[in-house]
Amino acid sequence: MKAKDIAELLDEPACEHNKKEKSGCAKPKPGASAGGCAFDGAQIALLPIADVAHIVHGPIACAGSSWDNRGTRSSGPQLYRIGMTTDLTEQDVIMGRGEKRLFHSIKQAVEQHHPAAVFVYNTCVPALVGDDVDAVCKAASEQWGTPVVPIDGAGFYGTKNLGNRIAGEAMVKHVIGTREPEAAPEPPIPGIKIHSVNLVGEYNIAGEFWHVLPLLDELGIRVLCTLSGDARFHEVQSMHRAEVNMMVCSKAMVNVARKLQDKYGTPWFEGSFYGISDTSQALRDFARLINDADLTERTEALIAREEAKVRAALEPWRERLQGKRVLLYTGGVKSWSVVSALQDLGMVVVATGTKKSTEEDKARIRELMGEDTKMIDEGGAKELISIVHEYKADILIAGGRNLYTALKARIPFLDINQEREFGYAGYDGMLELVKQLAITIESPIWSAVRDPAPWEEMPSEAELLIAEGV
Amino acid sequence: MAILEKRKKALSVNPLKASQTMGATLAFLGFNRAMPLMHGSQGCTAFAKVFFVRHFREPIPLQTTAMDQVSSVMGADENVVEALQTIAEKQSPAIIGVCSTGLAETQGCDMTLAINEFRSRYPQYAKVAVVKVNTPDFSGCFETGYAAAVTAIIDQLIEPSERAGTRARQVNVLCGSHLTPGDLEFVIDSIESFGLRPLLMPDLSRSLDGHLPEEEYSALTTGGLTIDELALVGESGATLVIGSSLAQAGKKLEEKTGVKSQVFPHLHTIKQVDNWFMALSELSGMPVPNRWRRQRRQLQDAMLDTHFMLGQLRVGIATDPDLLLAMHDLIASMGGDVVAAVTPDKGPALEQLTLETVKKGDLEDLEYQARQHHAEFLIGNSHLHECAERLHMPHLRIGFPQYDYLGGFNRVWVGYRGIQQALFDIANMRLSQHEEIPTYHSPLSQKRDEDNILRQQQGV
Repeated sequence: MKAKDIAELLDEPACEHNKKEKSGCAKPKPGASAGGCAFDGAQIALLPIADVAHIVHGPIACAGSSWDNRGTRSSGPQLYRIGMTTDLTEQDVIMGRGEKRLFHSIKQAVEQHHPAAVFVYNTCVPALVGDDVDAVCKAASEQWGTPVVPIDGAGFYGTKNLGNRIAGEAMVKHVIGTREPEAAPEPPIPGIKIHSVNLVGEYNIAGEFWHVLPLLDELGIRVLCTLSGDARFHEVQSMHRAEVNMMVCSKAMVNVARKLQDKYGTPWFEGSFYGISDTSQALRDFARLINDADLTERTEALIAREEAKVRAALEPWRERLQGKRVLLYTGGVKSWSVVSALQDLGMVVVATGTKKSTEEDKARIRELMGEDTKMIDEGGAKELISIVHEYKADILIAGGRNLYTALKARIPFLDINQEREFGYAGYDGMLELVKQLAITIESPIWSAVRDPAPWEEMPSEAELLIAEGV
Repeated sequence: MAILEKRKKALSVNPLKASQTMGATLAFLGFNRAMPLMHGSQGCTAFAKVFFVRHFREPIPLQTTAMDQVSSVMGADENVVEALQTIAEKQSPAIIGVCSTGLAETQGCDMTLAINEFRSRYPQYAKVAVVKVNTPDFSGCFETGYAAAVTAIIDQLIEPSERAGTRARQVNVLCGSHLTPGDLEFVIDSIESFGLRPLLMPDLSRSLDGHLPEEEYSALTTGGLTIDELALVGESGATLVIGSSLAQAGKKLEEKTGVKSQVFPHLHTIKQVDNWFMALSELSGMPVPNRWRRQRRQLQDAMLDTHFMLGQLRVGIATDPDLLLAMHDLIASMGGDVVAAVTPDKGPALEQLTLETVKKGDLEDLEYQARQHHAEFLIGNSHLHECAERLHMPHLRIGFPQYDYLGGFNRVWVGYRGIQQALFDIANMRLSQHEEIPTYHSPLSQKRDEDNILRQQQGV
């Protein structure tokens, strides 16, 4: 990818960071960096497309330690979970055999697995050597009659966030609009009109979107495609026919929503399915943008019913969690979105991470939590722990990367990132969330791991000898 | 000696291989107050970190030189200097291990030059040991990277000396990547029981054994061999090498210090553990302590109890060469047959492996071979699980990564007690798979059970 193309992707008018000097894609500092690369971001964004053969073109490290490493679920094909890589050797690199190996690799994947499409992820070494991945994909696609999509997101191009955008860009450029959606089925309630929508940036972690999807179905809102949780290639192809796009939680693929608006005039909104208020808000936003009076009415009825149901189910938990103090340090998942979920439970959010939040997000957080909320912009693990102590937090909610750091500091912890094994989305997801919160907060282990061993309170042998005057 | 059958297909499917870079990283994690530094783009480090964090369920110290587009093209030596300076200033580690990735090697990094530059520019950090090792991921595998790092440490940090044996009761142990922290605890226990003092290199039993340290946070490893201890290895009475992949490193240490080395491919069979104790007995001049003799009898008894389940058991194994040899020998010592063996790359252990061929490949190859040769039992990392489910076979988890099995990172495989437990586990997994003879209903019989059941249900 040319420097010019990267700069273009970094300049995203729909992203708040664009207006600020400090962009979300600042240059990493050698020796003091954490976080993934562009390849990581590109792969994470698209890997959940279940019926695609995902080939990582590079030496082993890129795929070898990352395949089948994500909590996303598919309701059908499991092809996406099969790790595929060209596993380039030294000879390939020196002799320039990478392209040839890639070409044959695509053939092998097509013949063995009959995928709906093949995605080829470029990585650092072939990008540096100069493999023409685009040309190989084009030739392979013609040769074997299966769409082969190049995703040129070598690690050194930049951050994970950039990788997300590269992935989105590849979908807009090569996939979306290449096929018409299938005819809509009969509506669930006779007489109502079915409306088509897309969700961008929803990954169906631990199957959590299945908490939400039945509600959309009930309303007659047809999800053409979720990019990319539990998606199929042909669903992505038909994304241009949606009436509304929802950007879920993160702005990582905001370029997709913006470009679909530019190209096809599809309006989009940003929302989240974490917490009662946000789930309801998302449903309302669909109804508002679709602008169908009947849908609006049914939506309100459904919200009233679901909210009453979940609030009743949460009541016993509220008593247990009420007033507990939370330090929230989220990565990809929007801070404000989880804040409202926790406040729904009567918990107190004492501080929140805003490293990836936009100015708009921060304003929202202030609105939700008051002006004096501690916002953590840059947070090393060490700082995080000291904030937990300073603000007397009962629990740290953060990404899996901080899990073991928190546990070493004997701090109750809830994992909120993509590697987690539990789904928190939708009304029903709240019940899972409270359960997981209670498991760690109410655990009896904390005193056992915090209190010193009995003999540590006794004088040591040396101290005894001194006391005896020996 | 097993012949390594070459890779024939273009695409690697369900990879078995973990990169050399990561293997080297692990070796550095066996040192106290250590920080491994990957010279590459950020993602190399992020992936490796997740890999180890999920395996050990521990925070893992690991940093990156964060190569970006400009440095990838124009040269990234300055990134190494900057990273070393930043780490030295922020964390004051005892040792930094710089491991190159495929990106840095393709670009043409000169780590020696960069480290010299760091030394001359920042003399205030002269006490921080810095070791470099070339570990591009387009060659070798986890085991070769680990061995390269151990060799590099000996090469770059140990001064040539002629004081071998001045600490006669001190024993060096070069510990292979096929040993878990739990295995290393056996190594320490057994050596100490002979009145000897072990110096393990690397020593994961003190860094990645999953202990809860007193201090709440450390950016570095909180245990492992110290640099002071490392300085003493030249005075030891002997070096015991566990793992054929480290035999070269043992030789290198011998060349530099005169401390004689003795290689044990593994401690996963009764015979190898016997050899181990004999060596310790000779070194110390002490008889084998009674507790080991007792454990040996227990193992013998367990072998009798389990040989019914393990005898002629058809096993498929996928892992790096040292561990492949260890598990093969364990199975073979019980009369089992390894009918499918896959390894990611070559290694000296294959020379001792009494199989005709080993496939250089991935988990798809193992699946294919296991199916073709009617395996009944699979041994490999967590990734093998789905293959095992497809084939309806029990799956014993070994090696890296074990992300879906708590305690796997630390389980003890070696020594009489460890082998005993391994045999019990394999036997139990086998028993749970026991296939009954399918029930047969004779059409000519007069049992008429179905009518009886029907009558009972209807309450007649």
